[in-house]
Amino acid sequence: MKARVHVSLKTGVLDPQGEAIRHALGTLGFEGVEGVRQGKLIELELAQTDPAAAEAEVKKMCEALLANPVIESYTIEIA
Amino acid sequence: MRAAVIVFPGSNCDRDMQVALQAVASAPVEMVWHKDTSLPKGLDLVALPGGFSFGDHLRCGAIAGKSPIMRAVSDFAHAGGHVLGVCNGFQILTETGLLPGALLRNGNLKFLCKPVALTVKTSASPFTSAWNAGDKAMIPIAHHDGAYVADPETLKALEGEDRVAFTYADGAPNGAVHDIAGVLSENRRVLGMMPHPERAVDAAHGGTDGAPLFRSLADALVSA
Repeated sequence: MKARVHVSLKTGVLDPQGEAIRHALGTLGFEGVEGVRQGKLIELELAQTDPAAAEAEVKKMCEALLANPVIESYTIEIA
Repeated sequence: MRAAVIVFPGSNCDRDMQVALQAVASAPVEMVWHKDTSLPKGLDLVALPGGFSFGDHLRCGAIAGKSPIMRAVSDFAHAGGHVLGVCNGFQILTETGLLPGALLRNGNLKFLCKPVALTVKTSASPFTSAWNAGDKAMIPIAHHDGAYVADPETLKALEGEDRVAFTYADGAPNGAVHDIAGVLSENRRVLGMMPHPERAVDAAHGGTDGAPLFRSLADALVSA
């Protein structure tokens, strides 16, 4: 089964890359973009077939490596 | 003093660190590969050098922080050993939790490579005893991800416990909170800093303002 992990900077942590994207969108004429936050998407292929067990396992991976809890938050989608 | 420098794939200041420790602190230095699972016996100091370990993939220092050798480095630190992390080494120390906080992309998104003026905030550490608090030192920085961040409680603890070792004297060029350039662990034996003291220990470097850090270590660890 597949798992998708979205990692993003926590609310309140400055995201200068998101801000640069916002400026570039403004330059292209896209108006009204009031904020941009950039994150990352990590897709995992898992041998596990039980969704609950897969989610528990991916949560451990997030805590151990995929996200830095000091600055980042994450969400997990199992499909 | 006996020292080891850990070498990761992508480290690029490992030899500079070795030379600085040998030249200024007169320390025998062993180079230790990241896949090793134990440190040499009888070490006083472990140095994590600058560079771009594992290509900065995922997050700077994240993969190196999980290298086999880092378990031994953590054990060494928890047993009271001295650890110095410079630049990427600082990022690795925050990723392993040996130091609080994290290093984010520079606020202006630029890779910054230039000498900067630091203020030495405390002389009460084995890394800074050769300075007086308030001294200035010109030491180069070279990083893309050096904006130190920590939550308000951590900052309060760092400042309240005199654990900020260095600040940027003219404001943080990288957006670091409270202009913080280097921090100490609770037992003051682990130092992480973004500027490169090992690149300022010889007149040919353009300055020797980094040398007191290595002299401090030599003094603190002389009898160990």
